[in-house]
Amino acid sequence: MSTVRLTINGQPCEAEAGMTILDAARSIGIKIPTLCYLREINEIGACRVCVVEVKGARTLVASCVYPVSEGMEVFTNTERVLKSRKMTVELLLSNHDKKCLSCVRSGNCELQELSRQLGCDDQKYKGKVQRFALDASTPYLIRDNNKCILCRRCVAACEKVQGIGVIGANGRGFDTEIGSYFLKNLSEVNCVGCGQCIAVCPTGALREKSEGDEVLRALQNPQKYVVFGTAPSVRVGLGEEFGFADGTDVEGKMVASIRRLGADAVFDVDFAADLTVMEEGYEFLNRLQNEGVLPMMTSCSPAWIKFVEHNYPALIPNLSTCKSPQQMFGATVKTYYAEKTGRKPEDVVVVSVMPCTAKKFEKERKNQAAAGVPDVDYVLTTRELAALLRKQGILFASLPDESFDAPLGISTGAGVLFGVSGGVMEAALRTVSEVIEGKPTPIVFSEVRGTEGIREADFAFAGKKVKVAVASSLSKAKILCEEIKNGNSRYAFIEIMSCPGGCVNGGGQPIKTADERNFGSFVVDRTESVLKNDERSTLRKSHENPVVQELYASYFGSPNSEKAHEVLHTTYEQRPKY
Amino acid sequence: MKTIAALQQIYENMQETLAVRQGNAGKRQILICGGTGCTSNHSDDIAATFDRLLTEEKLQDKAEIVRTGCFGLCAVGPIVIIYPEGTFYSCVKKEDVAELVEQHIKKGEIVTRLVHKETDPSVTTLAQSNFYKKQTKVALRNCGVINPERIDEYIGREGYKALIKVLTEMTPAEVIDVITKSGLRGRGGAGFPTGRKWSFAAAQPGAIKYVCCNADEGDPGAFMDRSVLEGDPHAVLEAMAIAGYAIGSHNGFIYCRAEYPIAVKRIQVAVKQAKEYGLLGQNILGTGFDFDIEVRLGAGAFVCGEETALMTSIEGHRGEPRPRPPFPAIKGLFGKPTILNNVETYANVAQIILKGADWFASMGTEKSKGTKVFALGGKITNTGLVEIPMGTTLRTVIEDIGEGVPNGKKFKAAQTGGPSGGCIPAEHFDIPIDYDNLISIGSMMGSGGMIVMDEENCMVDIAKFFLEFTVDESCGKCTPCRVGVRRLLEYVTKISEGTATMQDLEDMEELCYYIKDNALCGLGQTAPNPVLSTLRYFRKEYEAHILEKRCPAGVCKKLITFSIDQDKCIGCGLCSKGCPVKAISRTDYIATGHKLASFQVDGTACVKCGACKDTCRIKAIVKK
Amino acid sequence: MGKINCTTVAFRGTPEQEKELREKLQETKKMQGGLMPSLQAAQEIYGYLPVEVQKIVAEELHLSLEEVFGVSTFYAQFSLNPKGETAISVCLGTACYVKGSGDIMARIERELGLTEGTTSADGKYSLSATRCIGCCGLAPVLTVNGEVYGRLVPDDVPKILAKYKNEGGSL
Repeated sequence: MSTVRLTINGQPCEAEAGMTILDAARSIGIKIPTLCYLREINEIGACRVCVVEVKGARTLVASCVYPVSEGMEVFTNTERVLKSRKMTVELLLSNHDKKCLSCVRSGNCELQELSRQLGCDDQKYKGKVQRFALDASTPYLIRDNNKCILCRRCVAACEKVQGIGVIGANGRGFDTEIGSYFLKNLSEVNCVGCGQCIAVCPTGALREKSEGDEVLRALQNPQKYVVFGTAPSVRVGLGEEFGFADGTDVEGKMVASIRRLGADAVFDVDFAADLTVMEEGYEFLNRLQNEGVLPMMTSCSPAWIKFVEHNYPALIPNLSTCKSPQQMFGATVKTYYAEKTGRKPEDVVVVSVMPCTAKKFEKERKNQAAAGVPDVDYVLTTRELAALLRKQGILFASLPDESFDAPLGISTGAGVLFGVSGGVMEAALRTVSEVIEGKPTPIVFSEVRGTEGIREADFAFAGKKVKVAVASSLSKAKILCEEIKNGNSRYAFIEIMSCPGGCVNGGGQPIKTADERNFGSFVVDRTESVLKNDERSTLRKSHENPVVQELYASYFGSPNSEKAHEVLHTTYEQRPKY
Repeated sequence: MKTIAALQQIYENMQETLAVRQGNAGKRQILICGGTGCTSNHSDDIAATFDRLLTEEKLQDKAEIVRTGCFGLCAVGPIVIIYPEGTFYSCVKKEDVAELVEQHIKKGEIVTRLVHKETDPSVTTLAQSNFYKKQTKVALRNCGVINPERIDEYIGREGYKALIKVLTEMTPAEVIDVITKSGLRGRGGAGFPTGRKWSFAAAQPGAIKYVCCNADEGDPGAFMDRSVLEGDPHAVLEAMAIAGYAIGSHNGFIYCRAEYPIAVKRIQVAVKQAKEYGLLGQNILGTGFDFDIEVRLGAGAFVCGEETALMTSIEGHRGEPRPRPPFPAIKGLFGKPTILNNVETYANVAQIILKGADWFASMGTEKSKGTKVFALGGKITNTGLVEIPMGTTLRTVIEDIGEGVPNGKKFKAAQTGGPSGGCIPAEHFDIPIDYDNLISIGSMMGSGGMIVMDEENCMVDIAKFFLEFTVDESCGKCTPCRVGVRRLLEYVTKISEGTATMQDLEDMEELCYYIKDNALCGLGQTAPNPVLSTLRYFRKEYEAHILEKRCPAGVCKKLITFSIDQDKCIGCGLCSKGCPVKAISRTDYIATGHKLASFQVDGTACVKCGACKDTCRIKAIVKK
Repeated sequence: MGKINCTTVAFRGTPEQEKELREKLQETKKMQGGLMPSLQAAQEIYGYLPVEVQKIVAEELHLSLEEVFGVSTFYAQFSLNPKGETAISVCLGTACYVKGSGDIMARIERELGLTEGTTSADGKYSLSATRCIGCCGLAPVLTVNGEVYGRLVPDDVPKILAKYKNEGGSL
């Protein structure tokens, strides 16, 4: 790559040829505001918020897509530029439902922030304002197109990141609207509920369907015994909602805060992850040794499950029959734990805190009620938990670190790894290799670690060569599914997480602005924090978890036993593609 | 597949037939327009009647029928021209055919009654007509001259000779050099130098490149490209093959408006014939050069005339423009180097190759060479297609060729460039028409629509009309166009309804300049032009709407009222009967003086359709 | 364009139509960027593009249904609704507009009690505005089932409509 020299606001700047003005400006410390731009997935130059002046150009140019060239003179701060940006935002506001005071995104809305920065008059342009009905048809998401500004970031996330394309731009011109085919609600189409669209939405047009009020009601009800469980990656995301650096591990404060909400017990879904390793590990061994359907594919990620049901129903037998850790957690609480503590399952309320929106769908699936009542009653995303804590006046940052309750709060480093891509595989390998080899094996399987693309590794178990693969994001998963469908998959075991990088980057995690997505490193930061949590743990292999051992000894018998199947496994169903 | 020698033979064989159309003696030829205008006026029936009568009367060896493309003067269609005399019959009806056969074909006598009326009654041919004589036909040279569905006629007019010359005598660089030196600029609107465009694509590495033809003529009121496709489709194919040779491409796409069924059919027929003759396809004429053309249809989106949107559409997506750079010459259709020219641009190419760059450059102005076709329409006597050398004045086009504004009305403005262009007022009547002059006076060449307006057209209403068009056709991708142009329309609507303030006018103007500066594509950037140019020349008219709540041209419905001049009214009641909303009623049954009764217009019920004004025989209805 | 208006009319496609479409799609799916030609073929066969038809296109071309729908709602000529037996289009191109095609449209709207862009409840008439059809020499023009009528004044409208009324909706 050759280097070009240009000036930005009179400052000399060296940049790689082909680099955008946006990036070049950033390299010398100038931030140009953006709205529609998402690196690699939404480089469409549509919103025009990032316009700059290039000497000699007839019009302003969109810095997010305009490449630098030798001798170019760029101005990001002229009156012409600033006035244009202001008018662009004012035009967007003229067709936006400006209910900022009651909007869930007030405070972290990118449109609101731009409007404030640019000094916009939100009443400057009057005229027709579009009106849309709310889509609240799914258990996990609300689409409010009245707040949509047509940046198409959600479309890019759905189509480019997830390879699904269940939403897109429909119609034309002023009447363009984002939605699904034939204007169907999301519950009627093959949406998988991953929530990546929410995560990238700059405004309040997309949000999760909150269950916060129901949880508060349960907490107020003296008849109910409310058990919270937190997913591995919530502890590395929640802090961001309270001003901690990206990826800060706030496990202790999280536990303390939930306790102050009034939970009767604060458990760790990591423990259920350990349980999943046992069930899934043995299921894999069984398939491997008894010529079962291979490759076996993990089943922790509910959006992935729904994706297979809609798009690759022929591959349903490849899915592990294990419930996800959330559902194993709820099932164990309502069977084993309820029995042990002498409570009726219907009096126990399980609230799981998840980095995920699809979990809200998962809890309502069939065969997710081991005790005859739903395994999980409510799912809160990381964001919803933060909102609940703020509402209840809990001063998160000043809380002491506290520990999970026993017994279901005890977990291993393998369990926490479920929060990152490759983590389920690594946790399983730690256990499977020891079970097969009958002796201690290495702890770290770095081959499967990482955040990018599809990764594979070879292992030899008891003389058998086994190839495994790990992928995150459904567009990557699709590649592996196609291989299996076409009969040329080389793998025995595949881990899929629906969100890129795994649950740490789930659709229920704290909102990150486009700027943080384009220039920040929050996925890496959260991932490293999860890995450190594992390293810190005294126990790092799931089968060493004493609670898991106790569970098998006193309740399930052995992994994949009949009882275990009844409580910890589930079934899947074919769903229509269109 | 034909050899070069075989093509030469076809050329020679055609000369006798074609010479009759130059006035040489020979078997009579009845040329009947098969363009969209005349076809809509039932020229097919005329052809069928001729055919039947010639058969019945056993006159087949005396005369033959030739279906041609557009002759240009659509206003007086259907047009029939009979050679060798070249007699120009206009507004011909099916019922007239028997007389034409009887008198002209059988007896060789001109049917004076049907000859197109000219100021000089001795003129009986199209070529001598006022409409025609100041024109120069380059792009339209074969339109109305040949049967577009017979490739031999095209070959007979030196068709495919340029392709042969290029393939056998010239290097690609030489081809580009000729086109560059000719000064040919894109006829689709922006006027980018064609040779330069080709040289960019030629310089790109890679085996796959594309040659595209923009036949998505979407400007309302423009139909030049349609006429070329209907009248001379092979000229486009030949030029595309030449372009393919010049830039190293083997695949062409023609993206044609689906609203042009006849053009689509003709171009498909032409592609098929060219393939049969080996003028398209593998190893063209044995020279080793491969070039194929696929025809794709649009589906009703004006924005697809924008080059990147057109390519996105061919790729099978929503026709949304994408940012440039990368420019199509570097990364265009399917991500490959691509050139895109419009139909009229291509229609000049073969002529330039055959006659040379100097010949072409000898026509026109310093920076705009050659000719330009305009679709002259609106309030003009001679509606139709006009091809003039660049630099011709608006006056010549309107007064001489177009023969002025009809019904004794006064010329107000000519609108060029469609929704991207602007209005040219009478004060610029003598400006030589070329790319740069039009831009300097706030309009643009566009693809060549020229709509004439008279004193009865309101400029606020015209601006509103174009904005409605752009709002409707905006793709919705970028904010300035999607929301901005919509808001612009709302300002203009407010003005037209008399509810705007001077502050609104100021804000509207600011919004215009903002959109020009910020929109993603050319369509958006030029959308405010109709407002800006009418504001520039007719600001007083805007101000009259705002300050006086008055529409000087009497068009804007919210601002006009109809009333009855009681002094003139004779009380016949025709207006009342004709009123579609029963807003005119009798108020007085007693006949006073000369009146039968009194009538009054109820302003609250009136929908301002003007029907009363049209029905009143004594002009007692007053529109204010 | 106006807001998207999905049809509520029951789908009445026949197995023959589906067979014809699938055969046609075998050709168009091989074309680079074959979605537009596929939808054009489908509309040719069915007259409009209901969900049942778009599903077939998506399936054959291995595209998401939303992508197909997004394209079908971008272009004015693709219709989600069946056209009326008598389909009337009024040209609102510049040449026609300055010569009063707006008044022609208003008259038809009044005569039929329809607004632009709709189909009558009985499926007999549909009324639409069209962009320039290139008959500027005949301005103002309208078309009925493809037949062009030019040089109109509003009073011509009842005469033209009567022609179709009497003949049961078609020529």
